[in-house]
Amino acid sequence: MTTSKIRIENVSQVYEKNGAPFVVLDNFNLDIAQNEFVTVVGTSGCGKSTLLNIVGGLVEPTTGQVFIDGSRISGPGRDRGFVFQSYSLFEWLTVSDNILFALKKTAMGDGEKRELVQHYIESVGLVGFEKAYPKELSGGMRQRVAIARALVYKPAVLLMDEPFGALDSQTRGMMQELLLKVWGEHKTTVLFITHDVDEAIFLSDRVIVMSSRPGRLKQEKRIVIPRPRNYEVMTDSLFIESKKELIGAIREETLKTMGTRS
Amino acid sequence: MTEPQQSALNSNTPVPKKRRTRFLAIREDIPRNLYIALGAGFILLLLVTWQLATGAGLIRPLFLPPPASIVAEGLRQVQEGILWADASASIYRILMGWGFATLFAVPIGILMGNFKFFEGMFEPFIDIVRYMPVVALIPLTILWAGIGDFQKFLILFIGTFFQQVLMVMDNVKSVPISLIKVGQTLGLSRFEILKSIVLPAAMPNIWDTFRITMGWTWTYLVVAELVAANNGLGRRIMDAQRYLATDTIIFGILFIGFLGLVTDYIFKFSGKVLFKWNQGQ
Repeated sequence: MTTSKIRIENVSQVYEKNGAPFVVLDNFNLDIAQNEFVTVVGTSGCGKSTLLNIVGGLVEPTTGQVFIDGSRISGPGRDRGFVFQSYSLFEWLTVSDNILFALKKTAMGDGEKRELVQHYIESVGLVGFEKAYPKELSGGMRQRVAIARALVYKPAVLLMDEPFGALDSQTRGMMQELLLKVWGEHKTTVLFITHDVDEAIFLSDRVIVMSSRPGRLKQEKRIVIPRPRNYEVMTDSLFIESKKELIGAIREETLKTMGTRS
Repeated sequence: MTEPQQSALNSNTPVPKKRRTRFLAIREDIPRNLYIALGAGFILLLLVTWQLATGAGLIRPLFLPPPASIVAEGLRQVQEGILWADASASIYRILMGWGFATLFAVPIGILMGNFKFFEGMFEPFIDIVRYMPVVALIPLTILWAGIGDFQKFLILFIGTFFQQVLMVMDNVKSVPISLIKVGQTLGLSRFEILKSIVLPAAMPNIWDTFRITMGWTWTYLVVAELVAANNGLGRRIMDAQRYLATDTIIFGILFIGFLGLVTDYIFKFSGKVLFKWNQGQ
């Protein structure tokens, strides 16, 4: 068995709801290689966020286990950086101090920490906003701070839960390009959650489609569009072809949920 | 409400029709000056009505003396040094009663807001106590704490703490769970999360709780000084009742109201200075 960076093994999540078992995730398996960018897409409520929370150690799975670099996780830890959809910045701290906060547990001199923070501020394009408070920033800028904060302490993997979901579509496009740039500079393994198929294809090496509840791995698609990518690849025939296939798969699942709900 | 700048429009631009007065539009802003003038004007209206009613002899001074007697009473208390002595005694009691309540309410509220364990343990008890009439507790507090200042602190503490702790709990609960999750993924301990994330995040709201609860402490002042006090603003009012000194009573009430207002503004202003980050754009 080769060691994957992230290994999700037979993970199931079952809640009790009105006395009946309520299956959110059903025997989910996934292996992610070092420096791979993997995105999970699925209909709302398919359990993709639950999956990410389990990998992050914030939720304990009913059965199954998650390994990072071959060692089993038990709870959250500094080997996994997390970017949430929104409301995750410390509003009482400036941009620099928000990023610096993540280095609290890092053994490193103050000057060295400051330097590192500045490096990441440059990386996410926030030079000139070091002393600004989150409330003075736009939604896109706030998420850039969140990304810098999740990367600055160099976790082994980066987990992103619909980080651009609350942004308008123009900002979202810019943020996707920025993320690819930052990811290119600081190569790391990414597990990304979204419901936006374009976003998934644009960013990823591999896209996973989850079935609607209970969440299972429905389809896997390797995206072979060469890197570096910019927005123009969205009209590329490889892009269109992947999109066709993935949209078809998701649509099937969406129809299922609509059928069971009406 | 500002008029459109005519010069900025060219002749083809249709001139917007003058809109009806929008002073009473739902949730719309009104000019700042008007806003202030309304508050001052209403108080002025009350004063004028008061003056007219008493000046015209419609009401006997025993029931409501004219505003001038109240002012005179105030001046007398200042000259005789009574006012300062009363006020400092009362402010001291307020600060102690409220201070002790706060000292306990903040940590306990934080625990209750974050751990269901403590919420489950304390909330039923607090809910029982906070409906108890504080006045009815006077005999017990005297029995337990004597008739000194400590008994006054105790009354103010009881009147404040049980409300305050629940408010702090709610303040803390309103901190987004995602902030706590960030702390967990950064490897912080539970104590570090409470201290470095939950407390600073909830602080502006807790500060507002301080402001509101100190107002309540002020309202319990008369109750605290009802029995076995020989000075204080509340005591002065209770004494005046015996001699039917209506002007002393009314001056005392108004002065407590005034001090409450000052306290309120101190909290509002300091809150703005302390939590600059909370103002946004």
